[in-house]
Amino acid sequence: MDFLEVNGIHKSFGKTEVLKGIDFSMEKGEVLAIIGSSGSGKTTMLRCLNFLETPDKGSISVNGDMLYSSDEPPYSDTQKREKRLHFGLVFQQFNLFPQYNVLKNVSLAQELRQLKGKKFSVTEKREIIRNIDDNSRRLLDTVGLSEKVNNYPCELSGGQQQRVAIARALALNPDILCFDEPTSALDPELTGEVLRVIRELKTSDRTMIVVTHEMNFARGVADKVIFMADGVIEEYGTPDEVFGAPKSEKTKSFLEKSLENP
Amino acid sequence: MSFLEVTKQLANGFGVTVVIFLITLVVSLPLGLVITFGSMSKILPVKWITKTFVWIIRGTPLMLQIILIFYGPGLLFKMQALPRLTAVLIAFIINYSCYFSEIYRGGIESIPKGQYEAGQVLGMTKTQIFFKIVLFQVIKRIVPPMGNEIITLVKDTSLARVIAVTELVKAAEDIVSMKMIIWPLFYIGAFYLVFSALLTVLLNYVEKKMNYYSG
Repeated sequence: MDFLEVNGIHKSFGKTEVLKGIDFSMEKGEVLAIIGSSGSGKTTMLRCLNFLETPDKGSISVNGDMLYSSDEPPYSDTQKREKRLHFGLVFQQFNLFPQYNVLKNVSLAQELRQLKGKKFSVTEKREIIRNIDDNSRRLLDTVGLSEKVNNYPCELSGGQQQRVAIARALALNPDILCFDEPTSALDPELTGEVLRVIRELKTSDRTMIVVTHEMNFARGVADKVIFMADGVIEEYGTPDEVFGAPKSEKTKSFLEKSLENP
Repeated sequence: MSFLEVTKQLANGFGVTVVIFLITLVVSLPLGLVITFGSMSKILPVKWITKTFVWIIRGTPLMLQIILIFYGPGLLFKMQALPRLTAVLIAFIINYSCYFSEIYRGGIESIPKGQYEAGQVLGMTKTQIFFKIVLFQVIKRIVPPMGNEIITLVKDTSLARVIAVTELVKAAEDIVSMKMIIWPLFYIGAFYLVFSALLTVLLNYVEKKMNYYSG
């Protein structure tokens, strides 16, 4: 069984069918790039994985744990909250919490998870918070922002904000880290630093799914590439297969266009 | 009547004004949030009942509401009237909660969806998302319109005189009609001005405090 298995995902918004049966699977440690033009359904697919949208049909499982299946009754909110933590998500618009400094942005979810509904003595609590802070600082160090722990998001550049968002998504140690066009909201000169961090995560064997418009990045970093068009997977393969020898006409014309206007 | 005597008498009225102001504020701020949850409820009957209620309260004069709450129970059901100050407080609290609720609603709806989604993907509960992420941002955004309402409340307290509660204006009027002197009316204007000036300073301070981040 593969690490991530996605079978027959359908999703409609009103009368518009956005996903028309998506099947794919991933191995642990793999990096999957999803490319395709706007409106092809790639972001919706990613949002289905992260429970931000509920598919109409199909199934998703990670490491044998069924996350969604249209054949079974829906999970309770509590079950969903546990299951969604298989995934982490980095948003296009960062979505950092503006009122908290960088460190708190990374540590907040860990604190809420570890302290909620349990009784601790003051010393125990202090110990837990110290561990969380250490972990958060370490994560911020890996994205190159150990200098900025006390700054607020509004004081950072877009690239730095996105790196904080990556550290925040790593904080709960998800099995699969997803990126939704992580550089699309950035000025061109800032995309490099974010892509570099994602590349470094690959070397540490992180399983990742990256929805991206950066073709060179997809080609250079991904182990597998999915090209989506009109709600279906039009082409799937290694970067060399998809970029080097595309089989489908749609893939060919998309690649030609994106290489013309990178 | 000497200046000091007038001041003493007005001070009693001012005390009532401050009581109406403070109790209304302390109760309406949280109650307004409850009404907001009602008017944003996914349960449609709750939503429409709340919205109709807010429409009635915002659509009729506060003075009328005070009169109805004080005289209504007796005229309609032959019940004993509430104490005057209690009737005033009930009217003010209901009225101001409804206004506050709409300000809260505007604030809550102005928070980008991405903030909720960021909390969701980090496994937070709806309650955690609201209280740990959204609420503070809402408060920061609504301080200016809230300040407006709060300063209006200072002056609206004078409506209490319609059922003969001796707040500041009534206290001055009593002196005017008994002693045939007009200047206490100008004098109470200064009370209101100083009170609202203090509030303005306080509100500016809060606004500045919350400006440590932008966005």
